[in-house]
Amino acid sequence: MLIEILGTGCAKCELLAKHAEEAARSLGLDYRIVKVQEIPDIMARGVMSTPAMAVDGVLKVQGHVPTVRSLAELLKA
Amino acid sequence: MTIRPRADEDMAAVMDLLAAEKLPLDALEATEGWVAEEAGVLVGHVALEPAGEAVLLRSLVVAPSHRGRGLGGRLMQAAEAAAGARPRYLKTDTVGPWMLARGYRLARPDEIPARIQATSQFAGGACACACTPVLVQGLPAAPKGPGFLARGGWLIPALPLWFLAYHWLEPAANALTTRVFRLGLDSRLGSAVAFFAYDAPKVLMLLSLVVLGVTFVQTFLSPERTRDILARRAGAWGNLLGSLLGIVTPFCSCSAVPLFIGFVRVGVPLGVTFSYLVSAPMVNEVALFLLLGLFGWKIALLYAGTGVGVAFLAGWVIGKLRMERHLEAWVMEIPYAAQAAEASRLGFPARLEIAVQGVRDIVGKVWPYLLAGIAVGAFIHGYAPEALMAHIMGKAAWWSVPLAVLIGVPLYSNAAGVIPIVQALLGKGAALGTVLAFMMAVTGLSLPETIILRKVLKPRLIAVFIAVVAAGILLVGYLFNAIL
Repeated sequence: MLIEILGTGCAKCELLAKHAEEAARSLGLDYRIVKVQEIPDIMARGVMSTPAMAVDGVLKVQGHVPTVRSLAELLKA
Repeated sequence: MTIRPRADEDMAAVMDLLAAEKLPLDALEATEGWVAEEAGVLVGHVALEPAGEAVLLRSLVVAPSHRGRGLGGRLMQAAEAAAGARPRYLKTDTVGPWMLARGYRLARPDEIPARIQATSQFAGGACACACTPVLVQGLPAAPKGPGFLARGGWLIPALPLWFLAYHWLEPAANALTTRVFRLGLDSRLGSAVAFFAYDAPKVLMLLSLVVLGVTFVQTFLSPERTRDILARRAGAWGNLLGSLLGIVTPFCSCSAVPLFIGFVRVGVPLGVTFSYLVSAPMVNEVALFLLLGLFGWKIALLYAGTGVGVAFLAGWVIGKLRMERHLEAWVMEIPYAAQAAEASRLGFPARLEIAVQGVRDIVGKVWPYLLAGIAVGAFIHGYAPEALMAHIMGKAAWWSVPLAVLIGVPLYSNAAGVIPIVQALLGKGAALGTVLAFMMAVTGLSLPETIILRKVLKPRLIAVFIAVVAAGILLVGYLFNAIL
């Protein structure tokens, strides 16, 4: 499972990456977290509100930092 | 009629039964099977395919001539007995209701183990379509997600308590000062202490409630939706709409650049984009409601009205100057496929949870500054002579407005952090226009945001942006000092 964290590197993006990591680990998933920080790469995924998260290329979160619990629900679905 | 374990020589007859119902035959030899036999003829079959810790029940079939006699049930009993304590999975789109009546339930996708998913019925085969429901028995009951109460529902009974506590804050603060600290309310120290003891919990409580409400409402709004509303809306109405939407749309200054590109790329006019980008940080919705709670509706309305005014004018001027060619070229060239907003998919508990999270984030971040601001305010309240403040920041000093802007720009704070300072300054006779200008400069013309925007704007456009917004803020400052 490829988890992409999209954001230019502000505090919220770091927090989202941390929450996603915790959620993925708690589910025992086989995952890889990649931070997408360059603006052209972020725009290419159609995202304009950061922080955002995409799972295997599908956009799941835009513009806010969900709790670890809700991220776990998103990753399970 | 007998039910007995399947033998090797039954296989040909079983395959005929399955083929007649178009059921898959893949990997049948790897299963344990049971057959129903009547007068030497096979009339029913079921199989159990072990898969790790679980089993897959499959290839259940009863000859059409023998249906309705409970044969299926007896076959299932045999297979279930062999499965023992292992959870039993079954993929079917024909016998679903019957299986539900037997105590099976729908399996959630995450409840299906990898070993089950690797079996031929899931991984391939003609009938193994992904949309066929999967039933399960023998798993512990579906674990419930966090309940409504845990996700923020406890807030609903907590609200009346909030109002009760808020109502009793002032008497409690005064009692604390006079009874516990034994200070007179008219002494300097006593009035400073009482001010702090009343204001600190009051501002924090008010901030928490405001952030909760605002963040909840904002889950219904998103920059993506605002972008789609503003697309191709040229002219002054577009600027006005952009400024107004800037107040309510959630906006994190670190996403200013992607937001800017997203707006111009779907055809939001440059001037309208700027109206939004100026208004979003400057007219902060949290600050607006804090002002309403602390100073009343007149000052709150002034703040929102003048902020929208500055944003409108700034965007309108930039639009009139036709500065599109002063965008960095890559802004229009990089690939961008606009995505729709996420907000519409959320349920009520999820929105409440986001709101609670917002309170934790914002109040958790600003409370030290708030307390520091209130402490400064308390000191000013108790000790600073009014004449001095009025001299420095009063109407008479013409240089106070530009000075307030100059001090405000490099300060990086969100509006909530500025409020206590505003409160202290206003309380001691600083002029309203000067204070408004200071607040707008802190939130609306922040140095870090300007530096980030340089990535997409050429120097001339940046310069025009700063000049126009600064001029607007100065105008507001002088205007209010003159008329109030």
